[in-house]
Amino acid sequence: MYSNIELFVMLLVIALLTKPIGTYMYKIFEYKPMKLDKVFLPVENFIYKLSGINAEEEMSWKKYALSFLLVNTVMMIIGYIILRIQGFLPLNPTGVKNMESSLAFNTAISFTTNTNLQHYAGENGVTFLSQMIIIVFLMFTSAASGLVTAAAIMRGLSKKTKLLGNFYADFVRVTVRLLLPISMVVTLILVWQGVPQTFAGKIVVDTLEGGRQTIITGPVAVLESIKHLGTNGGGFFGANSSHPLENPTWLTNMIEMLLMMLLPASLIYTYGLMINNKRHALVLYISLFVIFILLVVGAIYAESHPGVAYSKLHIDGTPYGNYEGKEVRFGVSQSPLFATVTTAFTTGSVDSMHDSYTPLGGAVPLILMMLNTIFGGDGAGLQNIIMYTILTVFLTGLMVGRTPEYLGRKIETKEIKLIAIAILVHPFLILFSSALTVMLKVGVSSVTNPLYHGLTQVLYEFSSAAANNGSEFAGFIGNTVFMNIMTGLVMFFGRYITIILMLAVAGSMAEKIPAPPSPGTFRTDNALFGAIFIAIVVIVGALTFFPAIILGPISEFLSMT
Amino acid sequence: MSEVKKAIKFTLVLMILLGLIYPFIMTAIANLIFPYQAKGSIIKVDGKAVGSELIGQKFTDSKWFMGRPSAVDYNAESSGGTNYALSNPKFKEEVERNIEEFLKKNPGVKRSDIPADIVTSSASGLDPHISPQAAYLQVERVAKANNLPKKVVKKLVDENIEGRFLGLFGEPRVNVLKLNLSLLEEIKKNKK
Repeated sequence: MYSNIELFVMLLVIALLTKPIGTYMYKIFEYKPMKLDKVFLPVENFIYKLSGINAEEEMSWKKYALSFLLVNTVMMIIGYIILRIQGFLPLNPTGVKNMESSLAFNTAISFTTNTNLQHYAGENGVTFLSQMIIIVFLMFTSAASGLVTAAAIMRGLSKKTKLLGNFYADFVRVTVRLLLPISMVVTLILVWQGVPQTFAGKIVVDTLEGGRQTIITGPVAVLESIKHLGTNGGGFFGANSSHPLENPTWLTNMIEMLLMMLLPASLIYTYGLMINNKRHALVLYISLFVIFILLVVGAIYAESHPGVAYSKLHIDGTPYGNYEGKEVRFGVSQSPLFATVTTAFTTGSVDSMHDSYTPLGGAVPLILMMLNTIFGGDGAGLQNIIMYTILTVFLTGLMVGRTPEYLGRKIETKEIKLIAIAILVHPFLILFSSALTVMLKVGVSSVTNPLYHGLTQVLYEFSSAAANNGSEFAGFIGNTVFMNIMTGLVMFFGRYITIILMLAVAGSMAEKIPAPPSPGTFRTDNALFGAIFIAIVVIVGALTFFPAIILGPISEFLSMT
Repeated sequence: MSEVKKAIKFTLVLMILLGLIYPFIMTAIANLIFPYQAKGSIIKVDGKAVGSELIGQKFTDSKWFMGRPSAVDYNAESSGGTNYALSNPKFKEEVERNIEEFLKKNPGVKRSDIPADIVTSSASGLDPHISPQAAYLQVERVAKANNLPKKVVKKLVDENIEGRFLGLFGEPRVNVLKLNLSLLEEIKKNKK
C-alpha cells in the first residue's frame, strides 16, 4: 500500500512540474526573453567570448551534427588523458593511482555518452579532481549534448527553415539556464539530508566496539545532483545510490527519482509546444506512463513476493520480501520503484543491487533498457520516442494505403530507411555482443552467477551499455580488457549512431514543403494513436528480445523450485 | 582546424566552470549552512569521533545491538553487496548461515519471527539501519549481557525507532549506531 502512495505522489509531482519545466525549456530552445536574462546573459557571453564562439551562426543539420561530434570527441580525449595521469595531479587525498588504459578508454566513453557504466569503484578508482573535472563535468555536458540535439531535431520537424540552430549557443544556454541552477538548489537539499560536500577525504574513527573504521567522504553532493538531473547515474562510491552517503534518507531517494524523471518527462511538453500540437504530446506522455506504471507495479510485486527462494527459509518476520542487496531505509517498495525509474529514464544509478533481484523483478529494468524508449534519458529519450512515433505513423499509413504524413510533412523512403537503421542498431549491439561474449572464454569469465542468471548478467551489461543506461548486475566482472573495450564500443555506437541518424531525419524533414492536413491524414492526437504507439513499441521490442528474455530471466523464474 | 581549436577551448572553459568553480562554491556554501552534514555527519563522544551517523559499523560482541550482514564487512573504504542471484546456491548457503548465527546469538528467538533484513546482506554493505523487529529480537540478549532490565532496553529500542514520515513515506527503521550510543549512556548511568 505504501509503495502505491509513494508512486502516486511521485507521478503527481512530475505531472505538476511537467508544464512549468517544459515551458521553461521551450523558452531556452526558442531564445525567448526571460526575467533572469540579466543574470544569465553576462555568464553566457563570457563563455562565448573566452572560447571564441559566434553564437549567432545558424547551422545546417550536418554542421550541427559535426559540432556535436567534435565537441564530444574532444571531451572524451581530454577525459581519457586526465584519467591516465590523475595520480600525479592535485586533490587526491585518498591516494588513487593512474587509471589503466582500457579502463580509462571505457570510462571516458561511458561518461561522455551519458551512460555512466562504471568498471571502477569510486572509492579507489578516481581522485577527487577526476570526480569533479571529469565525472561532474561530463555529467553536465553529456546531458546538455542530449538535450540540444533533441532541440535541433524538434526544430527540424517544426520549422520552415533548413537551419537547425547553433550547437554551441544551445549547449551553453541549457547548461547555464537549466542544469546549473537546478543542480545548485538540489545540491544544498542533499547536503541538508546528509550527503557530504567536503575535500577532507578519509576520516578515521574509533568504533564503539574498539575497532577502527575509515570513512571516505568527498565532494559527493555536487555529483549526486547532476547525476540524477542529467540522467547520468555514475556513483561517487562503488555502491552508487545505495551508499548511505549518496542517498541517506527516503527523502533523498524520492528527490533522486524525481530528478531523473524531471527533464525527460517535461521535454515531451516542450515538444508539444515546439510542434504546436500539445494534444499529440499529451497522447505520447500518457502512453509512456501506461507502460511505465504496468512495469513498476510488476517490479514491486515481484520484490515483495519473492516466492520459493524465501518461503523455503521459513523466516516470516516483518518486514518480509527480497531484502538481499537492498537497504532497510528503502525496503522492497522504494527499491524496485527506483530500479524502474532509473532504467525507464535511462539514468543507471541504483539504490539496490539488481543482480540480487528476483528473476522477474530483475527482468523489469532489463526490459526497460531493451525497449529504450519509455521516456529515456535527457534528450536522447525524446529522440527515440520521435523515432517510434514516425514508425507508428508510417505503419498506420501502410494499413490504410495512404502516404504517411507527420506534422504536415510526408514521410518517404529516405526517412524510413534512416529510422529503420536507428531502430535496428540497438538490438544488434545488444544481441551480437552478448552472443560473442558467451562464445568466448574471456567473456564467460566475467559471469559470476550460475546458469540462466549468468546469461541475464551478460544481456543486462550490454543492454545497459547500448541504451546508455549504466546500471549493472554488479556481480558481473566488468573490469577486464575485453569487457572494457566491448562495452566501450557498444556505448559509443549506441549513442552516436542514433543521434546522428535522427538529426539526418530532422534535416530531411525540414527541407520538405509542408502540406496542410487533409481528411485522409491519420490523426496523431487521439487515444487510437496512443494505443497503436504502445502496441508498436511493445511488438518491436518483443520481436527482437523475447528469445533472449526467455533464455534468461524467464527460464530462471521457471527453474526456481 | 579552427573548429577543433574552438572545441578544445570550449571544453576547457566549461571544465573549469563546471568542474572546479562550481564545486568549490558549493562546498563553501554547504559548509557554511550545514557544517555537520557536509563533513559526513560524524558523531563525537567526549570529543572523540566514534563513527558517522549514516555509516553502519561492525558489532560482534553480545552486549551491542548488531546490524545486518555485510558483503564488505563494514569496511567504509569500499562498498557493495554480495550480488548473489536468488537462484545461486551460495545465496541459500549464506542466508542459512546468517539465520543459524542469529538463532545461536539470540536463544529463545523463533525462526519464524526473524525478519528478512537481519539475515540478508545490504546493498551498500554499510546499511546503518535494521528493522524494528530485528532490534526487538535482540533485546533479551543485550539486556542480559549488560545486566540491564529488559524493560529498559526495550524502551531504548522504542525511542530509537524512526517511523514512516507522516505515516506514509519511508520504511520503519532503527539506526544501530544511535541505538548503541543510547545503550552506552544507559550503561554509564547505571554505573554511577
